[in-house]
Amino acid sequence: MATTHSAKPAYRPDDTEVDVDYAPYRSTDLRAPKRPLTILPHTLSELTGPVYGDEWPTELEADLTRQHDGEPLGERIKLGGRVRDGDGRPVRNTLIEIWQANASGRYIHAGDQHPAPLDPNFTGAGRCLTDDDGRYEFTTIKPGAYPWLNHANAWRPAHVHFSLFGTAFATRLVTQMYFPADPLFDQDPIFNSVRDPAARERLICRFDLERTEPEWALGYDFDIVLRGRESTPMEE
Amino acid sequence: MTTLPTTPPQTIGPFFHYALPLPDGGHVVAPDDPDAVRIFGTVRDGAGEPIPDAMIELWQANRAGRYAHPEDDRVEPPLEEGFTGFGRVETADGGYYEIVTVKPGRVPGIDGEPQAPHIEVALHARGVLRHLVTRVYFPDEAEANAADPALNAIGDAERSRLLVARPDGDGLRFDINIQGESETPFFAV
Repeated sequence: MATTHSAKPAYRPDDTEVDVDYAPYRSTDLRAPKRPLTILPHTLSELTGPVYGDEWPTELEADLTRQHDGEPLGERIKLGGRVRDGDGRPVRNTLIEIWQANASGRYIHAGDQHPAPLDPNFTGAGRCLTDDDGRYEFTTIKPGAYPWLNHANAWRPAHVHFSLFGTAFATRLVTQMYFPADPLFDQDPIFNSVRDPAARERLICRFDLERTEPEWALGYDFDIVLRGRESTPMEE
Repeated sequence: MTTLPTTPPQTIGPFFHYALPLPDGGHVVAPDDPDAVRIFGTVRDGAGEPIPDAMIELWQANRAGRYAHPEDDRVEPPLEEGFTGFGRVETADGGYYEIVTVKPGRVPGIDGEPQAPHIEVALHARGVLRHLVTRVYFPDEAEANAADPALNAIGDAERSRLLVARPDGDGLRFDINIQGESETPFFAV
């Protein structure tokens, strides 16, 4: 017999307007549901989610430039920031997974047929946990742009894929981070599937001289905001 | 308190396979667990074609109905050593996936009443701009399923039944159709 359980506050709706059936991104045509989603009030099932403890990754791979014998080619960067919830609270001890193309715009993935060179010293996958202040930092190289077959002369702006769980199944986020002032933004339907220009800006990192390490690597900041909760109990 | 706008989602794309799969992501419990159940199926697009580049994540309570997460602060039922409740697999050629797990116990719903046993599912794929969420229910729980608020919220008993896995061989089949006549009911969480 389960003990009685009082209702707990839900996460606020994610009101970011994403056009999930966005015709310019052709793959959505057969891969976006046609029927409306059923709204599911948050139960314990949605308010809980994977927790990363000792049994989870022990070898954290936050430096993508040190995973092979030699150093990868390309522009070395430090990419970091803070993960917070919608109320500004740090999201602590949460796993961040990233993956990306190499400096030439080629993924190590077998399915990537772009005729640009692979880099024997770059895999392009990294993981780390946020600290007590929600902060994280990766060292990697700046990925290149690459062509795809979505439309005539289609090129993806340079981007890094991010995957986060946050505190609950309801806060799961898979996204892509872009670099400032990319000339390819206007023609990229994935970027533009986020309809609000201000929301799109939240997918773009910013150059940070403070994070830049002299004689070594340029610094970029990418802060991430996961959903906040309805009135939450006081923490302190 | 200031409310910060959230970071928008983007598709997982086709090239996640060298980064996200977990070494034992298809085993929520060991295959020799006496309660182990194999859940498998095919993920299809709107043309009925298999989707070979999707990733499926499962999240569930243990067999007693307890989540391995601090938000589940009940004392009973107990947690068990080593159980995380999380699974992650990618689909193979033919859109096929399978995962070995246990049927979760019942966990309380909004009103404290027990929900039917269920597993949360997140589906990620190229062409899916915001990951899709659904639930797997169990065929031997007809009475609990009939009273389950999430199943009833779908508002169409025939469509709700699509979320109940079907016995198939030694396991349970749970196919996911993103569109079409048998479009899987998806939830906004």
